[in-house]
Amino acid sequence: MNSSIIVFPGSNCDRDVKVALEKLKFKNKMVWHKETELPKSDLIVIPGGFSYGDYLRSGAIAAKSNILNEVIKAANNGCLILGICNGFQILIETGLLQGTLLRNKKLKFLSKNVFVRVINNKNNFCNKYKKDQVIRLNIAHNEGNYFTSPDHLKKIEDLDLIAFKYCNSEGEMNEKFNPNGSIDNIAGIFNNSKNILGMMPHPERMIDKVITGNGDGVNLFTSLLN
Amino acid sequence: MKITNEVVEKHGLKIEEYSKIKKLMNREPNLLELGIFSAMWNEHCSYKSSKIHLKTLYTKNKNVIQGPGENAGVIDIGDDDVIIFKIESHNHPSFIEPYQGAATGVGGILRDIFTMGARPIALLNSIHFGLPENKKTRNLLNGVVSGIGGYGNCIGVPTVGGETKFHKTYNENILVNAMAVGLANKNKIFYSKAKGLNKSVVYVGSKTGRDGIHGASMASAEFDENSEEKKPTVQVGDPFTEKLLMEACLELMKDNSIISIQDMGAAGLTSSSVEMAFKGDLGMEIELDKVPCREENMSPYEMMLSESQERMLLILEDNKELEAKKIFDKWDLDFVVIGKTTNTKKLTLSFNNKIVGNIPIEALSSEAPIYDRKWEKKKLPLKKENIKKLKKVSFEKSLIKILSSPNNSNKKWITEQFDQMVMGDTIQKSGSNSAIIKIHNKNKAIAVTLDSSADYCHAHPITGGKQVVCESWRNLISVGAKPVAITNCLNFGNPENTKIMGEFAETIIGIKEACEFLDYPVVSGNVSFYNGTNKKNIYPTPVIGAVGLINKITKPINRTIKEEGNIILVIGKTFGHLYQSVFFKEIYSLVEGPPPEINLPNEKNNGEIILKLINKKLVKSVHDVSNGGLIVSLAEMCFSSNFGIKIDKPKKLSNIFEYFFGEDQGRYLIEIQKGNLSIINQLLKENNVYHEIIGITQKDNFELSGEMKININDLYKLNNKWYYNY
Repeated sequence: MNSSIIVFPGSNCDRDVKVALEKLKFKNKMVWHKETELPKSDLIVIPGGFSYGDYLRSGAIAAKSNILNEVIKAANNGCLILGICNGFQILIETGLLQGTLLRNKKLKFLSKNVFVRVINNKNNFCNKYKKDQVIRLNIAHNEGNYFTSPDHLKKIEDLDLIAFKYCNSEGEMNEKFNPNGSIDNIAGIFNNSKNILGMMPHPERMIDKVITGNGDGVNLFTSLLN
Repeated sequence: MKITNEVVEKHGLKIEEYSKIKKLMNREPNLLELGIFSAMWNEHCSYKSSKIHLKTLYTKNKNVIQGPGENAGVIDIGDDDVIIFKIESHNHPSFIEPYQGAATGVGGILRDIFTMGARPIALLNSIHFGLPENKKTRNLLNGVVSGIGGYGNCIGVPTVGGETKFHKTYNENILVNAMAVGLANKNKIFYSKAKGLNKSVVYVGSKTGRDGIHGASMASAEFDENSEEKKPTVQVGDPFTEKLLMEACLELMKDNSIISIQDMGAAGLTSSSVEMAFKGDLGMEIELDKVPCREENMSPYEMMLSESQERMLLILEDNKELEAKKIFDKWDLDFVVIGKTTNTKKLTLSFNNKIVGNIPIEALSSEAPIYDRKWEKKKLPLKKENIKKLKKVSFEKSLIKILSSPNNSNKKWITEQFDQMVMGDTIQKSGSNSAIIKIHNKNKAIAVTLDSSADYCHAHPITGGKQVVCESWRNLISVGAKPVAITNCLNFGNPENTKIMGEFAETIIGIKEACEFLDYPVVSGNVSFYNGTNKKNIYPTPVIGAVGLINKITKPINRTIKEEGNIILVIGKTFGHLYQSVFFKEIYSLVEGPPPEINLPNEKNNGEIILKLINKKLVKSVHDVSNGGLIVSLAEMCFSSNFGIKIDKPKKLSNIFEYFFGEDQGRYLIEIQKGNLSIINQLLKENNVYHEIIGITQKDNFELSGEMKININDLYKLNNKWYYNY
């Protein structure tokens, strides 16, 4: 499978995703933000970091970059797009995903391991997970507090467009296990046709058991190979 | 402008120093030249009060590739990999403007690392504040923590460890020390020494602004009630630009275009150009009109003394400018040839086609004043109080009070604001004996830790100096790492005071003794004097950053209890030393007597045997015993494990407070399986290591027979409460 990782000035999880993809046998290319063409890609990853410093609203400048026009075209043609952390923020800014990511409820950057529950496993990203499986991933963000209108919330619930929700080790989802204040504990969502996934947690940080004692992120990438 | 005595003093120079300048110049300097002298001759840049003491430190062994004197120290970890690391203080700016002060502290130390060709792989910090009830503390704590996080998180280097302490001595002068650790190839280390004539001197990075002018001079004076007015001398950090600068420099370093490279840190363009030329025994010509400026009408004086961040000076091989510029263009960074190397051994500055400054390089560096300041010895304080005569207290309540005190509470509230996992190689993060970082794509790892013990150092600087080195050694050993080398950040008061100078001199003696004995060299460091306000000096606070090597990383060892029914052994002898302990301080508000003694042969022997046991896979978990003694360390082993311990009262020692809260040094706690007891007993006996069984792990309860029994989760909650309520 051919993958491309978009690199913005200020991206800082680009190498981490590359390591994960290459470990899992993707043929990967790094694509600089000034490029105007994408290499042949089955999967495009927009990695975490602070694109353009995020001195404006997170992701706002990246959403206007050269290469994003191409990413939007590819997305509309059905290419698989994965936005992680800052990548999720960028996808929201482009309008490919709806809603908004506000500052964390405690107004502080938050980096910790959290449990998330797989809400929908009938898609290209999560088919290796069981439905309602609880996995452990790492979050590290300042603006990960997902918010959306009641109409849109109802829509993503009805159409099963919620990928992950924050929970405890037993899979219980309530305010107590919601690290950043996201509406309904939402940690990741799909677009209507489920070829785009935006998520705040970092699956690429949980691929090596020697390092983290946990390989819960592996299945997200291997699902894509299915 | 005429140089009057007042102008000289405003530049932080003494009148006799000014006379020396005139002699070296053979004339009166102009204002620009005076500014340059003040930047190079201040304490922060010249180490004039500390140099003769620092020279005595143990700085070389077979693992050291570069010791003190470069941007950072370099150690060999085998397979052509080297670790480059250093610690630096940013105390004064952080007290005036906590967010930017702390942020630029992180930025500065990162530049020291990637200047040498290393990709930074870990950040640590040691931050000391005044008492929590002091009205400034909350704002300073919030600002410093956000600033450290804001910079490290953005640039994408994990912040994996450190320490946060509160003490009244820092009420009016906080400490912010940041350490960076990088990984490089042994054959690709870059130095600051200039080489060759007529080579291009290139300015890269951010534009120069009016921020931070005379920052280094500010950091070389005590605070007074007008310190707030110094806000404009604090630099403003831009981690985004630093990220670009780092990537651009590392990209350029892949080929052979760079002869030498130096970051513009304290004293900016002045110190970088002078250091490069001095080390290469050369001169340098700079055309100041070419310096990229952020603001209009900047004068040569402002350009030379600005401490704007995220800038570097390079000297390039011939005909490499075009290729190099392409890389910096790609990253949208300035790249301007501003001068060349010469054989004049002078720093020659021109502006508008006129020479505006011309100073012999040696006058700025090797001729800078060096002081052998007078100092006083400190006597070992006497043991006065006796625990048996003090008011009786409850054991359980004492333990709870300590575990829920600001200094001994869980620091998650802080560490969760730092990205600890970015770069994907963090094996163990904050809240452990040491952090462990995997060497990318290899099967080995380094362990890193930061430690300080101001109360011990204040009581007796020689012992304190030894203790803090040993503490870092123990922290590395406890995660199965072989200690390799250290970096030190020496935070002290006013060196012109003989008592303070004595604290400094004796701390150095202590550090030196411990390093020599343990073959544990100092490879880099930083001295920060004048920490104090209105003649009130801080306690001597040397902070030691240490790096150890784990050759084969299979299953990392940590301090968390693993199983029920295992034996906990104490390694090292317990005498019950309560003077200068957390127990005396928190329970009786007593801070007196001598610090615990350091026995270096025992320290080495105990450490080596622990490492042997870990390598033989005979232990399940390890924790060193430090602040708060055995009982606090035992509780820490249980936290986050869901296991408790049933602890036995000692048979020999009569007083349980002395036994469990005593802070005798050189001790470790290990968890072992019952079946391994006899083989471990034998190994310890063969090596003459004192040890005793202290308890058995069990479900749920933390229990000391006949004294206390508490659910471990309840105890953990108490340990976490303070920060969230502050």
